[in-house]
Amino acid sequence: MSATGIGASVRRKEDQRFITGKGHYTDDINRPGQAYAVFVRSPHAHATIKKIDTAAALKSPGCLAVYTGADVAADKVGGLICGWMIHSKDGSPMKAGAHPALASGKVRYVGDHVAVVIAETLAQAKDAAEKVGVDYDTLSAAVDVATAQSNGQPQVHEEAPNNTVYQWHLGDKAAVDAAFAGAKHVTKIDLVNNRLIPNAIEPRAAIGEYDSGTDSLTLYTTSQNPHVARLVLAAFIGLAPEHKLRVIAPDVGGGFGSKIFIYAEEVICLWAARKINRSVKWTGDRSEAFLADAHGRDHATHAELALDGDGKILALRASTKANLGAYLSTFASSVPTYLYAPLLSGQYNIPAIYCEVDGVYTNTAPVDAYRGAGRPEATFVVERLVEVAARETGTDPAEFRRKNFITAFPHQTPVIMAYDAGDYDACLRKALELADYGGIGARKAESAKKGMKRGIGLSAYIEACGIAPSAAVGSLGAGVGLWESAEVRVNPTGSVEVLTGSHSHGQGHETTFAQLVSGRLGIPIEQVTVVHGDTDKVQFGMGTYGSRSGAVGMSAIYHAIDKVIVKAKKVAGFVLAVPEESVDFKDGIFSSTATNNTLTFPEVALQAYIAHKFTGAQLEPGLKEGAFFDPTNFTFPSGVHICELEIDPDTGATRIDRWTAVDDFGELINPMIVEGQVHGGVAQGVGQALLEGAVYDKSGQLVTASFMDYAMPRASNLPSIKLAMSHTRCPSNPLGIKGCGEAGAIAAPAAVMNAITDALGHENIAMPATPLAVWRAAQKSPTKMAAE
Amino acid sequence: MFFRKKDSDRAPEAAAPPAAAAKAGDGTVSVSLTVNGTPVTASIDPRTLLVQFIRENQRLTGTHVGCDTSQCGACVVHLDGRAVKSCTVLAASVDGGKVTTIEGLAKDGKLHPMQEAFREHHGLQCGYCTPGMIMSAIDIVNRKGTNLDEATVRHELEGNICRCTGYHNIVAAVRAGAANMSSSRQAAE
Amino acid sequence: MYAFQYHRPQSVADAAALLASDSEAKILAGGHTLLPTMKQRLAGPKTIVDLGHVAELKGITKSGNALVIGAMTTHAEVAGSEVVRGAIPNLARLATMIGDAHVRHRGTIGGSVANNDPAADYPAAVLALNATVVTNKREIKADDFFKGLFSTALQDGEIITRLSFPIPGKFGYAKFAQPASLFALVGVAVAQTGSSARVAVTGAGSSGVFRQTAMEGALGKGWSAQSLAGIATDAGKMMSDIHGDSAYRAHLVGVMAKRAVAQAG
Repeated sequence: MSATGIGASVRRKEDQRFITGKGHYTDDINRPGQAYAVFVRSPHAHATIKKIDTAAALKSPGCLAVYTGADVAADKVGGLICGWMIHSKDGSPMKAGAHPALASGKVRYVGDHVAVVIAETLAQAKDAAEKVGVDYDTLSAAVDVATAQSNGQPQVHEEAPNNTVYQWHLGDKAAVDAAFAGAKHVTKIDLVNNRLIPNAIEPRAAIGEYDSGTDSLTLYTTSQNPHVARLVLAAFIGLAPEHKLRVIAPDVGGGFGSKIFIYAEEVICLWAARKINRSVKWTGDRSEAFLADAHGRDHATHAELALDGDGKILALRASTKANLGAYLSTFASSVPTYLYAPLLSGQYNIPAIYCEVDGVYTNTAPVDAYRGAGRPEATFVVERLVEVAARETGTDPAEFRRKNFITAFPHQTPVIMAYDAGDYDACLRKALELADYGGIGARKAESAKKGMKRGIGLSAYIEACGIAPSAAVGSLGAGVGLWESAEVRVNPTGSVEVLTGSHSHGQGHETTFAQLVSGRLGIPIEQVTVVHGDTDKVQFGMGTYGSRSGAVGMSAIYHAIDKVIVKAKKVAGFVLAVPEESVDFKDGIFSSTATNNTLTFPEVALQAYIAHKFTGAQLEPGLKEGAFFDPTNFTFPSGVHICELEIDPDTGATRIDRWTAVDDFGELINPMIVEGQVHGGVAQGVGQALLEGAVYDKSGQLVTASFMDYAMPRASNLPSIKLAMSHTRCPSNPLGIKGCGEAGAIAAPAAVMNAITDALGHENIAMPATPLAVWRAAQKSPTKMAAE
Repeated sequence: MFFRKKDSDRAPEAAAPPAAAAKAGDGTVSVSLTVNGTPVTASIDPRTLLVQFIRENQRLTGTHVGCDTSQCGACVVHLDGRAVKSCTVLAASVDGGKVTTIEGLAKDGKLHPMQEAFREHHGLQCGYCTPGMIMSAIDIVNRKGTNLDEATVRHELEGNICRCTGYHNIVAAVRAGAANMSSSRQAAE
Repeated sequence: MYAFQYHRPQSVADAAALLASDSEAKILAGGHTLLPTMKQRLAGPKTIVDLGHVAELKGITKSGNALVIGAMTTHAEVAGSEVVRGAIPNLARLATMIGDAHVRHRGTIGGSVANNDPAADYPAAVLALNATVVTNKREIKADDFFKGLFSTALQDGEIITRLSFPIPGKFGYAKFAQPASLFALVGVAVAQTGSSARVAVTGAGSSGVFRQTAMEGALGKGWSAQSLAGIATDAGKMMSDIHGDSAYRAHLVGVMAKRAVAQAG
């Protein structure tokens, strides 16, 4: 292993600019002649727009334009799309309502886009926006996912009767019913997977720019996948032909899923830039992020686990209502279906699984992928079920899990997934040891002396990520392929530019991708630059989400490097005057058994470009190769997280005392960065379990609409994390790596809630376990209750 | 608590600012301050926040805005040697003050020990909260000294929100940076 | 933010004159309540009178048996003051619990008291310590000053110049923070002067900061956390929101009162 190659904790190349204030985020960019956009948003969860009066706003100082849904419709701007088709049990396609970029006739959630005001300055745009008169006829709102499908509820879209987008299912219902009929014990739980607001610290922003000289558009935007944005904006929304539209996602301040989607604001900035022939900039503020960024999670689930007399799992069934919000966001339909139910086997040998999911419209913000996207919801179901089952049957929760672990690979679950490799007991053993699981009894006694309640909770998660393969997701309804592309450009001096379709917004690609190149080509890491986030530079790419940039994106680079080496060996053969087959390449040096002469990588690069030693008939000059990589399977990271916490029953305050994690991500490129991803994921999972929860009131107003009411995890809410790794190589990519970006957020909520219910002695508490919730639960007697 | 909810049902006309208020804004106010050691005098709209002055007037975009309720700390700069949320300070109020931003920390191309520590300990991911974190971290050292235990650092970071790192490595970075500030005698600005 | 005229007076007299000449003028102290409200356009004062450059409003002194804190003294200055630590150490400690470090560098005691946010920390101390609010026009006893949510006895144009805290025998403050905002979900301040006790509660009451007289009676008879056992707080007079319903807040008043007494020693 070289100091900067694969497996080294190389310090990040990108940090120099971030720690000196020289990052370039979208709001840092200003374009000549730029005007400012402010959106007029619906104050109502559900209303008919009777009339919009823009006259006063247009007369407001500095106001350049006011546009409404009528203008969008007149210009035939396409609606926002959902790119994943889900079919209901009865075979019918999902029932989706239209999603215009500016509301047409009706508003469907608080924050819905009613009009845009564009002015010379931001203050003038805000002043003018307040003068847009909107006459609403308010309607009652369907807010609660539990009741939204009932007869008589307000209808969010006419196209979806009873607000039901789809009634989807997966698995063999008959086999599951038969297994339950023969079960010795059945564990039943009701769970709410609370709605979360992503809150990347950089708010979304967009600048649309029109060049009338070339009739082309440029969009600067906070995107995790600029090429997908360009494809959607061109092919579906119709703002410009794809080759006349450039999308640039510069430094992006965190995404967590919320910046995957194509939102109204960027559509409108781009469209309006052409209309007024000026650059149009919008920078969201935090309040807008709360109202109108796509939220995450929001499931209500009933789940059951059937056991035989030996505590072996016979079957699992789950019934979930998934709140999709008021419109279907870009990938909303897939999250509670194919990204969720196929993970319900967890790490366990479960012969039969059946899951049904209703996708439900409500008058709330759209819900889509948020860190983990479906897999945290699945893990929460499975890991709460097995924990409760262990307790109900008087079995140690670790032992219960071990008894049911899958131990042979590959393993075909009853719900699509074919797990390729893993060693679940290895992670469990290591985690129990690191957490001093055996000493918990004594620690509980110590806490009790102080009047505190201590609890410990396990979460043995598995997830499917490195999202791909294209053929598989295509067969499940995806509208896109999920491969990744790479181009490795070697310059004549031997330095390298790597162009990738992945997008880094905190993941450290500029470092890890460069490590791969440095290690394989034997050149200093300083000689490698990673280029991403600009559709004019990178030919195409699917972007970063679903923990796919390493397993898919880096694998594409790996294959491109293979091709570079093949070509470089040919060049070296000519230069050394030896047969190509005799050329060996190792640690940056080309050698041959046929000569004592050697060449360095930069020397070969130069020779490739000056092309003096071969003719065009023999070999093309230059050294630049590309690859598209489409793996044969998802990757299946797994691991065990253990949370140990202490509850103050007087106040309900919960303090996490210890966090132990043992994760299996296969091979690691940069352990430091991988660990950082776990830390961050755990924090978001702890946030979900203890602090965060979007609350709408009955009328559809968002109660948790700022950091004053939506509790974000702070440093003092979290412990240091004791983290270890297990390494089972992934067989479906050349690097042997598995995705690590979401694991923490997937594992953590169940670990916390299993610990809290252990401390309380009953299961009757839901996320987020705020001090209020914990205090209330602590009033209840510590006997086993039916379920949450 | 801080805010009374906006009456969402009020008529749109009622939301319009009184004409007199707009006129009042025509008057500018003069402000003189020192930004990263350089004296600056400007005539500004009184409603200019310090963060706007820094980002828009001075074009120093390392200082960020992450919320509108004075909570996230992405905008933290030093004013007369103390960390403040520049989104909650009028530029006009700090007339005569000395402001240090993230761009002003490195001297002669040499990073401040706290900047170095954030890189060395992977105390950042997306980088957006980082300038505020680093400015806050130096302020913690200025107030609490260079020998910081974990609990102190976690408590003192309550005014800065990071969504990426889970704080684990930020805490490590602040402690290491503090220790390095001690050895490099660069504790005070 | 809506546009406004800005004034930066150098003296209380100048500030008072500016306020007298413009009935729509608003005082800007540390700005940590007013500016966020203005940024969101929930407030639109036409004139701002910034007290930040009025030197006479700053400073901390001990005057006889009173601790006197200038209205524009920041929370950080109170927290770090040797004078405060010597006179009422737990008042300095209370100041360390307000907001976060950055907020404490700008937020002022006068601004906090004048705003009377029902979840602010200082009002509990002012009320429990039976402090006097001194303005440019008069002196107002704490019992007469707080008039409900965001409401005080201050008249238009009246400027708080300082707060005078009689130095008690004992003082303690315990706070349970609302997890998102870090404001007090419940904060209880207790003070003992001679044999009499005062207990003031912030964060909880639906009419803002209030005195818990039953607890005062019990502590007057015997100053100990145990004396508070069994003393309930009327949940009917508590606020209720997603962070704490009225029963929880009423319960926390008891818990925090005991902790405050324990802290006071």
